Amino acid sequence: MEMTNPLTLITFIPLAGMIVVLFCPARMKAACKWIAAAATAPQLVIALWLYEHFDTTTPAMQFVEHYPWISTYHIFYFMGVDGISISMVLLTALICFISVFASFSIDRGEKGYYALLLMLDTGMMGVFVSLDFFLFYVFWEVMLLPMYFLIGIWGGPRREYAAIKFFLYTLLGSVLILLVMLGLYYYGANPTFDMTQLAAQSASYSITFQRICWIALFVGFAIKIPAFPFHTWLPDAHVEAPTAISVILAGVLLKMGTYGILRINYAILPAASHELAWFFLGVIGTVNIVYGAMCAMAQTDYKKLIAYSSISHMGYVMLGMASFTAAGINGAVLQMFNHGTITAMLFILVGVIYDRAHHREINGFGGLAQQMPLYTGITGFAFFAGMGLPGLSAFISEVLVLLGAWQIHPIMVVLGAATAILTAGYLLWCFQRIYLGPLNEKYKGFADLTFREGFTLVPLAVLVLFLGWYPHAVLVLLQNSLNHLNQVVLTAGPAAAIALH
Amino acid sequence: MDLGNLASLRYFYPELLLTAGAMLVVLVDLTLRDKSPLGEVSLVITALALLLIGLEPLSSGTWLFNRMLVFDPFAIFFRALIALAALVAVWMSIGSDEVKRCEQGEYYAVLLASTLGMFLMAESVNLLMAYLALEFVSLTSYVLTGIMKRNRRSQEAALKYLIYGGVASGMMIYGMSWIFGLAGSLDFSVINRELLAGGHGSALAVFIALVLILTGLGYKIASVPFHMWAPDVYEGAPIPITTFLAIGSKAAGFALLTRFFYPAISHLSASGNWEGLRGVEWPQLLLIICAVTMTLGNLAALQQDNMKRLLAYSSIAQAGYALMGFVLLSNDGIRAMLVYLFAYYVMDAGAFLVVMIVANATGREDIGAYRGLAARGGTVPAIALTIFLLSLTGIPATVGFIGKFYVFAAAMQRQFYVLAVIGILNSVVSLYYYMRPVRAMFLEAPEEGAARCEVEIWNYGLMGILALATVVLGLYPPPMIDFANRSIHFFVGSS
Repeated sequence: MEMTNPLTLITFIPLAGMIVVLFCPARMKAACKWIAAAATAPQLVIALWLYEHFDTTTPAMQFVEHYPWISTYHIFYFMGVDGISISMVLLTALICFISVFASFSIDRGEKGYYALLLMLDTGMMGVFVSLDFFLFYVFWEVMLLPMYFLIGIWGGPRREYAAIKFFLYTLLGSVLILLVMLGLYYYGANPTFDMTQLAAQSASYSITFQRICWIALFVGFAIKIPAFPFHTWLPDAHVEAPTAISVILAGVLLKMGTYGILRINYAILPAASHELAWFFLGVIGTVNIVYGAMCAMAQTDYKKLIAYSSISHMGYVMLGMASFTAAGINGAVLQMFNHGTITAMLFILVGVIYDRAHHREINGFGGLAQQMPLYTGITGFAFFAGMGLPGLSAFISEVLVLLGAWQIHPIMVVLGAATAILTAGYLLWCFQRIYLGPLNEKYKGFADLTFREGFTLVPLAVLVLFLGWYPHAVLVLLQNSLNHLNQVVLTAGPAAAIALH
Repeated sequence: MDLGNLASLRYFYPELLLTAGAMLVVLVDLTLRDKSPLGEVSLVITALALLLIGLEPLSSGTWLFNRMLVFDPFAIFFRALIALAALVAVWMSIGSDEVKRCEQGEYYAVLLASTLGMFLMAESVNLLMAYLALEFVSLTSYVLTGIMKRNRRSQEAALKYLIYGGVASGMMIYGMSWIFGLAGSLDFSVINRELLAGGHGSALAVFIALVLILTGLGYKIASVPFHMWAPDVYEGAPIPITTFLAIGSKAAGFALLTRFFYPAISHLSASGNWEGLRGVEWPQLLLIICAVTMTLGNLAALQQDNMKRLLAYSSIAQAGYALMGFVLLSNDGIRAMLVYLFAYYVMDAGAFLVVMIVANATGREDIGAYRGLAARGGTVPAIALTIFLLSLTGIPATVGFIGKFYVFAAAMQRQFYVLAVIGILNSVVSLYYYMRPVRAMFLEAPEEGAARCEVEIWNYGLMGILALATVVLGLYPPPMIDFANRSIHFFVGSS
């Protein structure tokens, strides 16, 4: 099968779906759902086609599309994927498809909801396939708006506060990115927004300029990850967001932060990356791991607990990236993928019980295992995955991260590894309070997982199990691009140090 | 070229048409008992004026009427922009409940006359002509602001406008007399030659003259510290007039400001950058004005509960962004200013239009009237207003982002980093108040007994065009940018 412009298709099919939804009469609620499903399904198919046709032997950009857009500033419609982005494209397509089905319990304003969900989908996909900085930025910002409305209209009681907090935080981050983007444009010999060209001329950037840009970009991306101390919007957003939106938020959105650091900080500012990563990614990543886990332990809200655990697990990604070893950096991106699937599961599971009980107080449940055995079983599976149990996907990525980082930052690794005990602690404790013990009388009539809920969970569970035994399926995509990137940073670091003396 | 009176007329068709149109409106008003076609007649006249501007020959330019006016690409840009603003204002007037209660004949005739005055502002190359054009615009604006004779707010606004305007133009003409004393002429090109030659005595004298002139122009574009009139006037005037003042009058002010500060008292160096008078630090002064205007406009807007006042402060802040392009002393900066003003025209007109639609439906202008708008049958206006407000914030995929991008890019190119950072932080602050109506419309429940939002077909049409333009130009700006690119050309004589 041949396909021209697969990246344009995969990005804009959801947008076409959005337009169809907008013209669909508001009364036809079921139609909106199925249009959304029909718009995300081809996206998943194209993602699989890309996976099939991706050349794993080269770190170069593939499926490239390059058209002029705004000539005064040499802006191009430039798309392409390498190993780093294709893994994120796969993740985005999968999570978006699943989140449509996880949204079926939404019972008001369906038309607007699915239209916004599809717009969000386009924005996220666009971020991962853009290679022109301007285009990247447009997609990066386009995504904010649907997210604002999805949290703000369909969210929980404090939704307005959470939505505007999310919007303001991320906009603050993105304007910093905009400034750096303009700075990079004018700094080089040839003004350009082309990320590959910017990376190619990175040797000519002075180290001071790189440092300033690096830190500004880092703040922009760290808000998205979210890295300590910019993380405070996330628990609010998660608690108020409807289930499917939490799934997307944790599954895909957070990865944009780390993806941005790899794609822009590492590739375009390698010397500064080499110099600054140990603190901004290593130390802050470790703080994320430990602090996130401790916060998770203190939560009584089921969803907030998962939100903090998500912050904690993103710390491993940062730590792996700071290691500049093949194992560490590959582990980091694999962890991005695995974190996407596992937290998506966890948030769906929270949604399942919230739909039935309409609250999420961990202490308000008890003994659900008797009433909902299947649900409890899958929750157990997801919790074990979250703890990083061998045989499940997160184990591989976390071990790779810790192994890679061990050679460089042993203290951080000790802290990170020790946190596994905390993680096991809060997850098991939570499991015990909700699922074990005597059944709370109030919940006697609860039905077990429906077919739809199972349909959203099982594919993720299968993937988690599969990647636990065969991580090569994703690693093979990554390694060439990542090792190349790692090499770029490693050579640029000492070169800059020499130039300094 | 330097054309005499009769030879100039063939470059003057749009102005002639507007003059004839204004008189036609008065005549029709006198003869017809039913006044309703007046709006449509004016709409046709403004559309024709726009068409005539579009048909004008492209040339490097010429002087008209013995060097009173100039015909050049820069003037074409602003006349087109002002004609577009008039078109929107007239179109809105047709669908406005406030305007329907006014005297139709006077209203449309004065509106067309005001448009004529703004055209002349964009074309003047003589201080006297510039002053007359500016005063003409001011006087017609006072009338239009106070046109709702039985509305106290409208009367109060007109009076405030008049008093502030009187003071500002008095200071301005005083400044002009200093320039005349220093350069010995009112003609921009002579002023340029004399002042740049350096035989003008004290740089301080020139600076004082410039500050005085800036008072008058700063008042027209509502920049800090001459902005105090704007919120009251914007609130008191009928909404189509508010729109016209916010986009048309401001554009005309920027046109005259640019023509005076660039070709009249600076010169274009070989590098494509402009050089001001040595020792006269007006760029630094404007730099401060620009930063303060953005910041103050945005901070004040945070407190507003009336949508017209909110948009008034927002338009002060927006003028600050456009000024940012202006102060850079580069052609890229001027281009950024033109792009920004065009973008601002599209989005601000749209925002005011929705305010008018809501005012028509509910009779209210406070943010409370927007609560639950989407749930009260106003989904389409609510979506449109969201697009316009996001565009005013500068979120990508809207024309406002393109405008901001050009401004910030031009500032970065000239290494005005601090200014760029101030501008960018300002746009984050502005998000908060621009999202307040959005939150009210979509996130909050309607108030008890709130009226449903009905939209007239005329308003729907205009809203659709503006919303589409906001998004389409945001995604594909080259037509707008090419237009701006072609327009950075001032005719300064054949030498």
